[in-house]
Amino acid sequence: MNLVTPGIGLIFWTTIVFLLLLFLLSKYAWKPILSAIKTREKGIEDALAAAENAKKEMQELKSANEAILAEARAERDAMLKEARDTKDSIINEAKTKATKEAERIMTSTREQIANEKNAAIAELKNQVATLSIEIAEKILKSELSSDEKQKALVSNLMKDVNLN
Amino acid sequence: MLSKINIFKHNKVALYAIFVWFSFSSLSVMASEPQEMEPTTAEQHAPGHGAEADGEKSVDITKVAFEHILDSHSWHLWGEGHDAVAIPLPVIIYSNTNGLKIFSSAKFEHGHASYEGYSLEEEHIVSENPAETIYDFSITKNVAQMLISMLVLFMIFISIANAYKKQGVTTAPKGKQSFFEPLILFVRDDIAKNNIGGHNYERFVPYLLTVFFLILINNVFGMLPIGANLTGNIAFTMALSVVTLIVTNVNGNGHYWHHIFMPPAPKALWLILIPIEIVGIFTKPFALMIRLFANMTAGHIIIISLVGLIFVFKTVVASVVAVPFALFIDVLECLVAVLQAYIFTMLTALFIGTACADHNGDGVHNEDDEKLETAHH
Repeated sequence: MNLVTPGIGLIFWTTIVFLLLLFLLSKYAWKPILSAIKTREKGIEDALAAAENAKKEMQELKSANEAILAEARAERDAMLKEARDTKDSIINEAKTKATKEAERIMTSTREQIANEKNAAIAELKNQVATLSIEIAEKILKSELSSDEKQKALVSNLMKDVNLN
Repeated sequence: MLSKINIFKHNKVALYAIFVWFSFSSLSVMASEPQEMEPTTAEQHAPGHGAEADGEKSVDITKVAFEHILDSHSWHLWGEGHDAVAIPLPVIIYSNTNGLKIFSSAKFEHGHASYEGYSLEEEHIVSENPAETIYDFSITKNVAQMLISMLVLFMIFISIANAYKKQGVTTAPKGKQSFFEPLILFVRDDIAKNNIGGHNYERFVPYLLTVFFLILINNVFGMLPIGANLTGNIAFTMALSVVTLIVTNVNGNGHYWHHIFMPPAPKALWLILIPIEIVGIFTKPFALMIRLFANMTAGHIIIISLVGLIFVFKTVVASVVAVPFALFIDVLECLVAVLQAYIFTMLTALFIGTACADHNGDGVHNEDDEKLETAHH
């Protein structure tokens, strides 16, 4: 077998072995290996993309959270303000109501007092009149109890009267 | 201090001596065969150097070297002549008169005997009948190594494929997987994707992987002490190159053929250019064939020549130069084994890439062609 003369036997066997290797390795080794590697590469790529997405989403979520928080804070402030206003208005209303009521009570009390006073005065007047009449009756009775007295009286009255 | 250094030196020298002695004894035994086969040369030497005849024998380094790099009908392990330990391999021959014949190469008794009219002359099977033409399809040493490497490749890669199937792609590769995955990715990304490109490179990845690993494993096996020089055999590289030639041209697109039969040049030059382009189809795989064969063979010849220096000069002193140089070349061969597998695969991918590149693809080569074409029109 010469160095640069290709032997037909080895060419024949090389071709057979190579084709056999190509066919069997392609089917049972390269195909599963390459597809597995590809799947893994795709998996890594997807995972990286997913991580990036998650990061972005996280960022978005964070800003959304902040917005919500700010909103909530504003709402709380508004609620507090409203509550304070309501409280103030309630207090004021109550105050006015109370003042009015007090005034009303005072007025009615004053009226009542005035009425009572008037009634009392009227009664007093009546009593004074009755007493005066009684006193006058008694005095008259005593003055006109005897004839001398009636005569004295008439004389007395007669003295005052100037017969003109 | 001094004694320590001395001991150290002695150890080194002793190791060195043992190493040299081993290589010397093995090669000198090897050398005995040529003498038995060619008694005339031995006799010519014998009378002049009587003392050498029983101890040291002259060595035909060229013959030894060629025995190492060429194919053989038996797998020689060690020893020489009648002490040789070799595995006889099956001989399969087809002759125009006797048809198919299968028998063991042991029948030839290392070329000393003939069997059924056939005899072995320098590893060629010759018939006593001059009218008989023999086609030798024997399982030679190279074929046997190729079959072994095929089984090894099956075992490695099918077990790796099973590991991927079993563990899925969620776990990190381990063991064999982690060693071979970078190589597979290298072939896919740096060889196939870079040189073929486009979207159809994936079709060629299994082919390129098979070529790469078949050459790589046989380059490595060829470097083992009893390994066969398969990748340094021109028949092997020729078969692979022919496959590359077929794959390249079967996948050649319109642009590729247009470039060959209607080159982008003035019509007057077509008479010269078309034959050149047609020859170019064959020179590319031819260069592939020669490159791998020559690189691997040259490496083996250099190593055996360096070791052979010791026997040519017939002095152990030569080993001071020969052994370190042989070691250096051996280490270099490790690099070459990987490099040549890479180059063969890479050039195959490059040829396929130029043959099936998209007409409006991303290759610079195509853009240049189009510019030339428009200039021509």
